[in-house]
Amino acid sequence: MTGATRRDVLIGSGVVTGALVVPVAMGAGRSRAATATGLAGNAWLGVNTDGHVTLALPKTEMGQGILTTITMIAAEELAVRPVDVIVTIPDGDAARFAPIDQGTGGSTSVRDVWQPLREAGAKARAALVAAAARQWGVPAGECDAQNGAVVHKPSGKVLPYAALVAAAAAAPLPTDAPVRPASAYRVIGRSQTRLDGDAKARGTAEYGIDVYLPGMKYASIAVSPVFGGKLAGIDEAAARAVSGVTGVIRGDDVVYIIADNTWAARQALAAAKPQWTTDAAHSGAQLSGIIDAVTAALDKPGFVAATSGDLDAARKDAAHRFSATYTQPFLAHATMEPANCVAHVHDGQCEIWTGTQIPSDARKVAAARLKLPLEKVVVHNRLMGGGFGRRLETDMVERCIDLARQVPFPVKLIWSREEDTTHDWYRPAYADRIDIALSADGKIQAWEHKIAGSSIMARLMGPAFKGVDDDAVEGAITPIYPAAARKVTFQQQESLVPTSWWRGVGPLRSAFVMESAVDEVAHMVGADPIEFRLSHIEDPRARHVLEIVRSLSNWSDKPAPGIGRGVAVIHLWDTYMAAVAEVSVDKDRQIAVRKVTVAVDCGQVINHSGVAAQIDSGVIFGTSGALYGEITIADGRVEQANFNDYRVLRINEAPLIETSIVENHEKPGGMGEPPNAVIFPALANAVFAATGKRIRALPLQKGLQSA
Amino acid sequence: MAVTLTINGKRREFDASPDMPLLWLLRDVAQLPGTKFGCAAGLCGACSVLVDGARVFGCQTPAGDAVGKSITTIEGLTQQPLGKALIAAWNEVDVVQCGYCQPGQIVAAASLIKDNPKPDDAAIDAGMSGNICRCGTYPRIRAAIKRAAELHAGERA
Repeated sequence: MTGATRRDVLIGSGVVTGALVVPVAMGAGRSRAATATGLAGNAWLGVNTDGHVTLALPKTEMGQGILTTITMIAAEELAVRPVDVIVTIPDGDAARFAPIDQGTGGSTSVRDVWQPLREAGAKARAALVAAAARQWGVPAGECDAQNGAVVHKPSGKVLPYAALVAAAAAAPLPTDAPVRPASAYRVIGRSQTRLDGDAKARGTAEYGIDVYLPGMKYASIAVSPVFGGKLAGIDEAAARAVSGVTGVIRGDDVVYIIADNTWAARQALAAAKPQWTTDAAHSGAQLSGIIDAVTAALDKPGFVAATSGDLDAARKDAAHRFSATYTQPFLAHATMEPANCVAHVHDGQCEIWTGTQIPSDARKVAAARLKLPLEKVVVHNRLMGGGFGRRLETDMVERCIDLARQVPFPVKLIWSREEDTTHDWYRPAYADRIDIALSADGKIQAWEHKIAGSSIMARLMGPAFKGVDDDAVEGAITPIYPAAARKVTFQQQESLVPTSWWRGVGPLRSAFVMESAVDEVAHMVGADPIEFRLSHIEDPRARHVLEIVRSLSNWSDKPAPGIGRGVAVIHLWDTYMAAVAEVSVDKDRQIAVRKVTVAVDCGQVINHSGVAAQIDSGVIFGTSGALYGEITIADGRVEQANFNDYRVLRINEAPLIETSIVENHEKPGGMGEPPNAVIFPALANAVFAATGKRIRALPLQKGLQSA
Repeated sequence: MAVTLTINGKRREFDASPDMPLLWLLRDVAQLPGTKFGCAAGLCGACSVLVDGARVFGCQTPAGDAVGKSITTIEGLTQQPLGKALIAAWNEVDVVQCGYCQPGQIVAAASLIKDNPKPDDAAIDAGMSGNICRCGTYPRIRAAIKRAAELHAGERA
């Protein structure tokens, strides 16, 4: 990436004169956010007049490495080095990227762009080859693209793209251009150092929080700590007495302080001592009541998500019956970059600078809130200091424009860590009940899985929601374990806690419950947990990753007392993954994760180093969540505020991670979420192996303490 | 109110209170955004800077405490031999994910290597446990610190 180049050479549907621009026809994008798509100028891959491949990133970069991965795909087809591609992070623009959604979540990015981007790249390459062939008067079949140029293979003649772009752009784009075969890959499947890594390490990469504008002021924010509370009053004089404070703005449930710098804005907010009013329904809410209601929802019939066979018949002759209830808590995202947004509302228009996973939706939301036409709102997207689903919500933008519309200058609004933690959109708390019947030979016959919790999809879909949250039941309805009869139900149960996407969401929830339950059943029938799984799993790719971790983790060696190994295997987001976690538990019941062995078959690997990085990432992020993650509610407010009470893994607590990546050319699967999902049950199963205690209520450390 | 500080070798006067934490002075007043805001409570290390060569949390260090001392931010560190070795190692190992914590990690690593030119895993864990990374780059940070120590030792040999 040429880091200095933020200029978007293909801005809008406009074309730089003489450049070759390729419309990328996207297949129906799968995205969690249900958004309308349209068709319009969608050019975001091109070759500019000096021969550089240009790419406006169609997905958003939050650390998962998609900037590098997508660039590698483009570079492969256009026969250039990834470092020579000019990558830009485009503004929110639904029409330009339609039908693909710029929204980035659900481990969808590579799966969304893989085919259409290669096809577009192949067309561009064919156009350049055809232009060279015409100029040389030779058959195009004798030419190929190499190193940013077209080569006539018999004669060795070479023409760089720069010399061909004008002619290629003037001719009709080839309609039929085959993509590079896997046997010819020079970029895909290798390890590419992150294209944005150097600038990030040096501190020169620009995140939303790093935006500076002439005349910009800084603002702090406090929102009612009790959900649903309203601002009752503040000590405005005390706030204004802080040097550098220029404004105090009150809202219904919020107060903002505007100042010359963040320090003044923060100090003034503390001095203002905001007072809040709240009603008893909100201020009386306690976590136990919320969790009890979610668990009680399991006793309702629920809405059927999947059913097959006859449960009663399959249970009739069961030799073994297992039933258990599992609960999973609310979780915060705790991105390293706290929530923030810069906005300037003036003269009937609005400009926004922020790091968002949904730039085009943020633009729509801002336009609606300000009652402005869409074209009067610009969302400049920036790198994100972590997303994990937090930046799939637009509350940062909404709060910032509520403030910015009241002042003439641009304003940078930064949440404190405490505000960020207490006003997150939390991973829902869930309860699951699973009931498994087995035959005398230990084979699963009947499988009933009831799921209850907040429905994110219900919030997003409104009246279109019909009772089953397709995200919440994801994974639960596609188990890798066959059964003669099966039923999966979902029951929505809301509370005052706002909920949203959190790396893995529903499939992670499913994975924890299903892989915990299968482990319990294996132990119940006296089988080895890996053997038991292999005795059921038919899918060869799932079997393969399980066999790899069995071998790599020295599974058959008996560990020392106090040490336990737990296994889990998933097929989610089109990726197969197995993990063996090895934990030790000391006499004070403190869990330490020693080693995690992961095998993955995610189909065609794009960036080998990137896949391995996502495994490190998911394992460590998931270990934080599984061991310690829990947001609790007391008197209607979140009790955790900062990293002292919302504990996340530190380097001295990070396990050794050994990774094995299966090489094949199957369709690429997602990598953002699978490692985070597989580690939760692997750890729970390891804690059981180490202690004999089965923790069915996360987080594990708290569960073990009270077991 | 004014405060005069030496940042990355340059003496500069800022219109700021000596009470203002270095974090906010560097970011908002000096416009050096490589020093990151993470927690403002000394818990995450994202705002790490060197003061007279030792790592401090910028959020916990009033600017006035750094008067007369030498402040090195990530922007300055990367111009020095040790900083260059760290960046080279970080790139070679491909450490970075979201990257937001990495300037702070690199500043902490510089302080660690200054004290211990050849840190082992235990020394790295002890020296780096003040810095949180939510993307889970810890395994690669361990590898990169060892590599940076090698590169830096090679330069000095």
